[in-house]
Amino acid sequence: MDIRKIRKLIELLKESGVAEIEIREGEEWVRVSRERPPPAGTPIYISGGASPYPVGETQGRPAAPSSTDAETVEPAITGHQVTSPMVGTFYRAPSPGAKPFVDIGQNVEVGDTLCIIEAMKMLNQIEADQAGAISAVLAENGQPVEFGQSLFVIE
Amino acid sequence: MLDKIVIANRGEIALRILHACRELGIKTVAVHSDVDRALMHVKLADESVCIGPPPSNESYLNIPAIISAAEVTDAVAIHPGYGFLSENADFAERVESSGFTFIGPRPETIRLMGDKISARDAMRKAGVPCVPGSEGPLDDGQDTNLRLAKQIGYPVIIKAAGGGGGRGMRVVHAEGALLNAIALTHAESMSAFGSNVVYMEKYLERPRHVEFQVLADNHGNIIHLGERDCSMQRRHQKIIEEAPAPELTDRQRTKLGHLVVDACKRIGYRSAGTFEFLFEDGEFYFIEMNTRVQVEHPVTEMITGIDIVKQQLLIAADEKLSIRQKDVVIRGHAIECRINAEDPRNFMPSPGVITQFHCPGGPGIRVDSHVYNGYTVPPYYDSMIGKLIAFGENRESAISRMRGALSEAVIEGIKTNIPLHRDIMQDANFQKGATDIHYLEKKLGL
Repeated sequence: MDIRKIRKLIELLKESGVAEIEIREGEEWVRVSRERPPPAGTPIYISGGASPYPVGETQGRPAAPSSTDAETVEPAITGHQVTSPMVGTFYRAPSPGAKPFVDIGQNVEVGDTLCIIEAMKMLNQIEADQAGAISAVLAENGQPVEFGQSLFVIE
Repeated sequence: MLDKIVIANRGEIALRILHACRELGIKTVAVHSDVDRALMHVKLADESVCIGPPPSNESYLNIPAIISAAEVTDAVAIHPGYGFLSENADFAERVESSGFTFIGPRPETIRLMGDKISARDAMRKAGVPCVPGSEGPLDDGQDTNLRLAKQIGYPVIIKAAGGGGGRGMRVVHAEGALLNAIALTHAESMSAFGSNVVYMEKYLERPRHVEFQVLADNHGNIIHLGERDCSMQRRHQKIIEEAPAPELTDRQRTKLGHLVVDACKRIGYRSAGTFEFLFEDGEFYFIEMNTRVQVEHPVTEMITGIDIVKQQLLIAADEKLSIRQKDVVIRGHAIECRINAEDPRNFMPSPGVITQFHCPGGPGIRVDSHVYNGYTVPPYYDSMIGKLIAFGENRESAISRMRGALSEAVIEGIKTNIPLHRDIMQDANFQKGATDIHYLEKKLGL
C-alpha cells in the first residue's frame, strides 16, 4: 500500500464527513480516522467496494426550500420563530446592495419590517409579530422559502 | 419532454401523476399543505414546497402560492389533477400568463364547459343529444317557469349552472314545489358557487350514468377510449365504476364515440376529457363535460392498455398523439371501487391513523392509493384514500377478482367502506349488471 493510496483515503475521509475508514487488501490493511475517536464500541467500516457514503438511506432529498436533513441534528431553537406566511424568494434587504432590514442583535418592535418575500413579481414585506432582539437569521438571501419555513428568531 | 412539473394536488391522484412523470423522466415538485408532509408523493417527489396551512382555500386552492412554488422551483408546467383547481378557468389562465404550461385544455374551453348552460348549448349545436330542458338560465318569471316545467313534464330537476359533480341540484316532482325549489337552488348556488344562475332539465327516473373518455393533442388528433358506467352512486357521488358499460352495443359505442370526437373538434378540445351522459331506454342524454382527468380513469386504462395520465403529459409536451382510433381496442372488463375513510353504514368520515395496511394483489388487481402503514388520514380533505381496481377477461371474472381483493385488503385503525363494497359485489342486481343511478340509494334504504 503506497502513500498515494493513503493520501486518497485521507481526502475521502475529509470529503465524506465519515469519522474513520479502514481498507484491507489481502494481507495489508490501513485505518485512517479523525482526531476524535468514533463513539465507543462502534468502529465504522467501509466494506468491499469502498463507497465513501454510509450504507443506508440515500433517498432523493427534497432539494428545494425547507428540507430537514435527517442526518444532521439541529440544536433546539429557543425564542420566538418568525415563519414565512407564503411561498416565494427571501430577501434581507429592500433592494440588491442595500443594507439588510435587520441584523443579528438588532432590537425590533412589532410591525417592523424584517425582510421581503417575493412571490409572483410582487414584493411582500414581512413584519415582526413580536418585539425583541434578532438572535438568528435562518434563511439565506435569495433563497426560495415555503409556507411555514422559519426565517428569524426573536428573543 | 417537459423538464419539471408541479403536481398541484394531493392524495392518490398526486401519486398517480408522479408515477407517470417518473416513467417519462419528468422531475416532480410536490406542493402540499402543512399537514400533508407525510403524503407518499411528497416523500417520493424530487422537490417539495409547503404552500399553506391545512384549509384547502389557503393551500390547494391558493393560486398565488401554487404559481409561486412553480416559479421558485423553475418548473415548466403544472398538473392540476382532479377537483381543486383542475376546472378553474382563472387558474388555467393565470398559469399560462405566468409562463407555465397548464396540463389540460385551454382556459377558454374550461370556461365554456364549466358553465353548464353554455356547455349544453355548445353540445346541442354539435348535434350531441341533451336532456330536454330550459334553453338558457331560468329568470324570475314564475309563470314562465311553471309553463316550462309543464312543457318538459314532471319530474324536473333544477341545477346550478356553476355546479356540477352532483352539487347544486334539486328534484321537483310536482308543480306545487317548483317555485320554492328554484328559489332555494338560486340561494344555495350563490353561496356555493358565487353565481345564482340555475337551469331546468327533465329528471330521468331510472337512467344509467355512462360517460365517454377522450384524448386530444395540439395537432388536431382526437380519439375516444370508449365508455365507463358509473351508475353505482350515493348522493350523486360515484362509488363504483366499470368499463365497458354492460349491455352497450358496439354500434352504440361507435355512434357516441363519433359524436364526442366531433364535439371535441368543434370546441377545439385539448388533453383528456370526459363527456357524461344519462342513458335511458337506449337513448343518450348529455349532462356535462369534465375537462380534466377523472377519478375513475383506471378502468379505461385497464381495458384499453392506454395510460391516460401519461398521454396528458405527452400532449402538454406538444407531442402528437401516437394512438389512432383504430388502435383503440377494448379487451376484458374492469371494475373500480372507491375506498373511503368512512363508516360503511352511516358514511360519517373516519380520519385517523392507519395502524395496519395490507394491499391485495394477484392477477388483474391494481391499487391506486397513497396510504401506507402508519399514515394519518387528515380530517381536512375528502375521505377517499384509494381505489381498488379489478380487471378480468369478462365481467364475471372482474367481479370475482374484486371480491377476492376486497376480502384480502386490510385497513385497520380507521373505518372504511370496504364492507359496503363487499355487499355490493354480492348483490344479485349488481351481478346482473346495468343498474340505474338510484339503485344504490334504494338498496340502502336512503
